[in-house]
Amino acid sequence: MTMTATLEATETAVRLTGVRKTFGHGNRAVTALDGIDLRVAPGEFVCLLGASGCGKTTVLNLIAGLDEPSSGKIELTTSRPAVMFQEAALMPWLTAARNVELPLRLAGVRKADRETRTQELLDLVRLGGVGDKRPHELSGGMRQRVALARALASALDGNRGEAASLLLMDEPFSALDAITRDVLQGELLRVWQTTRTAVVFVTHDVREAVRLGQRVVLLSSKPGRVVQEWSVTGLTGADELDAVAEINARLREVISSHAA
Amino acid sequence: MPREVLDPDKSTVDTASVEAGLDALDAPPTGSRSRRNLFRAVVSPIIAMVITVVIWQVLWSAAIWPEYQLPAPLTVGEQIWKITQTGQVWEFLWVSVHRAVIGFLVSVAVATPLGLLLAKVPLVRAAIGPLISGLQSLPSVAWVPAAVLWFGLTDGAIYTVVLLGAVPSIANGLVSGIDQIPPILPRVGKVLGAGRLDSARYILLPAALPGYLSGLKQGWAFSWRSLMAAELIATSPQLGFGLGQYLHNAMSLSDMSMVMAGILLIFLVGVGIELLVFRPMESAVLRARGLSGAL
Ligand SMILES: Nc1ncnc2c1ncn2[C@@H]1O[C@H](COP(=O)(O)OP(=O)(O)O)[C@@H](O)[C@H]1O
Ligand SMILES: [Mg+2]
Repeated sequence: MTMTATLEATETAVRLTGVRKTFGHGNRAVTALDGIDLRVAPGEFVCLLGASGCGKTTVLNLIAGLDEPSSGKIELTTSRPAVMFQEAALMPWLTAARNVELPLRLAGVRKADRETRTQELLDLVRLGGVGDKRPHELSGGMRQRVALARALASALDGNRGEAASLLLMDEPFSALDAITRDVLQGELLRVWQTTRTAVVFVTHDVREAVRLGQRVVLLSSKPGRVVQEWSVTGLTGADELDAVAEINARLREVISSHAA
Repeated sequence: MPREVLDPDKSTVDTASVEAGLDALDAPPTGSRSRRNLFRAVVSPIIAMVITVVIWQVLWSAAIWPEYQLPAPLTVGEQIWKITQTGQVWEFLWVSVHRAVIGFLVSVAVATPLGLLLAKVPLVRAAIGPLISGLQSLPSVAWVPAAVLWFGLTDGAIYTVVLLGAVPSIANGLVSGIDQIPPILPRVGKVLGAGRLDSARYILLPAALPGYLSGLKQGWAFSWRSLMAAELIATSPQLGFGLGQYLHNAMSLSDMSMVMAGILLIFLVGVGIELLVFRPMESAVLRARGLSGAL
């Protein structure tokens, strides 16, 4: 039984109940996810952590509606969550501003409103001055910020402002160099605080997960299941380092269980 | 490490300036096209042409071949001057170019939906894809006898040959343009809320544009070639007098300077339209996407 429902209750941005996903058929079938339960509150920042191939991208694709679960239930408050991929995936023929404007155009927002909104979002990611540049004229970090502004445009305005928003991010900073990644993590937190959208952030980097998330959810590999959760809200200094060490140890444990 | 969010005042300023610095360092240089490129694009072909004419002149002076096989460059020039003076050249050009343009436009109108079907409907592609690719490598002059038998010595026969030459390459260009769209772009379109129609209009068609344009360019070349083949073979008074017929007449008169004048005019029209119409369009599209390459 597969279903994707819209939540009535407002205290949940997205809820997954017993979600399973199997690719292929017969004896070549691969079970990527085996009974995932997850609830994200509106405005909450949750990091999904796991080794490569554990099914993180699959979870996001299911929530985004790019794929159907084999069984289980996915309930959303928003009709269409925003997604940001590992690559910026900007339309190369559009300027930065036009890229941000695209979801608004698709949602039928009026031209004047589109322009103000686009400028606000570009300012929010500190790219107010490069709206007329093409993607190939921007650095990797700038492109990823344009992609963030575009995702926000679709999260906040794409649903005609009717429902609480949800932003799904699939390792959005992993292709960037360390300095840029560090700066963008700070930017993301600032943007999240400003917009108060719920975020599901996928990463394989424990430090990134602890730094960004209010909650870290560890997935096991093959098949993917929720192993453990940590609340990491507002940890600083030594506490933050302890959390990183503890989660790291657990992650290693999970990974080495596959050695046999 | 403290979180930036806990200390907004101070860290916001820091992040902003670090970020501005990174942007300045990281952004790819946006060099405008240099004068040397322009020189290379415009002056070097002219020099090559001058050298060709000089070699031709030298070969002619050496009198290795008789005059009726290799006329002097000047004689050919006089031949073109003669038809320009009488104004005939405009008639030849008008007859041929307007046919080629009409044939090309009809080809575009036929090939575009055909290409979309081929790219998007697997059954259509499996069924007629190989046929279309095969037609592309069939010299369209091979269709002339068939077209003449079907339609007689009419414009219909000529347009049939032009269409059979141009449609496959335009359709194939569109197909390869669509095939080369990175799969992530339609997915992005979907998560941004594009339905099937919006996705075609805002994502698939603009993304396929470079491939489509190169198909159009090739389609023009094929239209022109096919038209010349048709005009050269199918000559009759009711078909009007185009460049092909001029060339045919030259052959009948065994006038080599007229033959070469005809070839030169055909060449100039084909190259001229490519350089004046298709090349600027293609390079504008590619440059906007940062794919300018050698253009
Ligand atoms: N379309 C697919 N067909 C078959 N197997 C797939 C497909 N997508 C993902 N998988 C498998 O599902 C598992 C999880 O993949 P993925 O969600 O991409 O992992 P992650 O994002 O955590 O690296 C992997 O073992 C992968 O091989
Ligand atoms: Mg992944």
